[in-house]
Amino acid sequence: MPTRRVLDGNGAAAEALRLARVRVIAAYPVTPQSPIVERLSSYAADGTLKAKYMRVESEHTAMSCVIGAQLTGVRAGTATSSVGLALMHEVLGVTSGCRVPVVMPVVNRALVSPWSLWCDHQDSMAERDSGWLQFYVENAQEALDTVLMAYRIAEDSQVLTPAMVCLDGFFVSHSPQLVVVPDQEAVDEFLPEYVPANLYLNPKDRLFINGLVPPEDFSEMRYQQKLGFERALEIIPQVQRAFGQKFGRQYEMVETYRSEDADVVLVTLGSMSGTAKHVVNKLRVQDPRVGVVKLGVFRPFPVAELRKALKGKRVVGVLDRSAGLGADGGPLWLEVDSALSGTQTRVVGYVAGLGGRDITETTVGAVFEELLQIRDGARSRPAKPWIDTRDDAMELRKVGESE
Amino acid sequence: MVKPTSEPPERPTTGSRRSRALLGPVATVFATVETGSWRTVRPEVDFSACSQCGVCRTHCPTAVLEIVEDQAECVVIAWENCKGCGICANVCPKGCITMVEEGNRDAH
Repeated sequence: MPTRRVLDGNGAAAEALRLARVRVIAAYPVTPQSPIVERLSSYAADGTLKAKYMRVESEHTAMSCVIGAQLTGVRAGTATSSVGLALMHEVLGVTSGCRVPVVMPVVNRALVSPWSLWCDHQDSMAERDSGWLQFYVENAQEALDTVLMAYRIAEDSQVLTPAMVCLDGFFVSHSPQLVVVPDQEAVDEFLPEYVPANLYLNPKDRLFINGLVPPEDFSEMRYQQKLGFERALEIIPQVQRAFGQKFGRQYEMVETYRSEDADVVLVTLGSMSGTAKHVVNKLRVQDPRVGVVKLGVFRPFPVAELRKALKGKRVVGVLDRSAGLGADGGPLWLEVDSALSGTQTRVVGYVAGLGGRDITETTVGAVFEELLQIRDGARSRPAKPWIDTRDDAMELRKVGESE
Repeated sequence: MVKPTSEPPERPTTGSRRSRALLGPVATVFATVETGSWRTVRPEVDFSACSQCGVCRTHCPTAVLEIVEDQAECVVIAWENCKGCGICANVCPKGCITMVEEGNRDAH
């Protein structure tokens, strides 16, 4: 029987790796991810999980070990955050290029500098071209469920692409919530024992993996990966349906919340989605034509599904939790704007919630207020796209003040 | 507490390697990029001065040098992978390796 337990997002992610029966864990602690691997190390120590736990000296080595371990024919796990993910960067490309379907919880935390322990999405957004699937979850239950689905998706013989399951640092990772933990038998039926569908390490049947590839073959191997992402767009909804039938919780790549009859919609990612839904419920008392579209998957970017969900909308706001420095806006806004190109929909980008700043009802309310003004022609553009940034930004650290 | 019931699976094999294609950077037969095509200068050995000490072989970063003691041309070079980096010429204690312009490839 499934059990109902109080778990935070880290606990839920760790339970999912346990249920997926990872046999090797190689990890290095980093806030706010550490409780995931602490829990897994306890399970490995007390025999709950029949796994080899390797405490390595860096995330670069963690992912290298995970690749090698998984190539021997078992699921291998790790988890990381922020600078740990950045240190893994080189090896992330090896995982995806060698088509090793690793699933990794990434607990979102801002990247240096300024140093921060707290949530924003720049760590995973910086890896959006590393060839990994990227899922973003709203709460602890979604973290557990998405890790399980991510294994089925990543390991599909035509996808063979590793997956990050991104959960917001502290807002999800350290927030205790009621979580339904499925029983092992049901998970085993949904997620059978791992069988490598492509490359493997076997001394009796040797392969030479990850050698130098000349220009004559490089594009073709990248193209293989591109097709893996295209296939993932077909597989993800199938796996979400299968999961819904088995466990009774149905997920979507593009989740619509009261947006069908709306003409102003806010696109969200991760934990901010709950706040946005709450604000929509309150606003609907005054203006019934507001809604939310939450993206459950960022890579592959579900262009067709998003266009369908936003068809005919007059104004679409996008709330980025990363700065997108040097670009015309945040990375989520760039993707949404590109997906809706050629339509009549106005796409307006906002940046908020950096370095642990809470995305409050007030912030989301201010975004909707502007979007409604833009819809009504009372405003042509946002007053301040970095909507929760203080006005004294350039005077934070004064020195040598005159009397 | 949930106890795993199953043993680790058998080590994987393709079984029928020839019947399908593997994805990604994998070699199913031993082959390398022919780095010898990058060469603009090549090592030329004065075999009469060579003492067969093997220092060139030890230092070669691509391991293309071999010492064959019982033949006159005792330093054998795998030309398809020699990039012509010149390290062998620099480390040779006898100074008997010279880097010469790569003119006519057929010369060797």
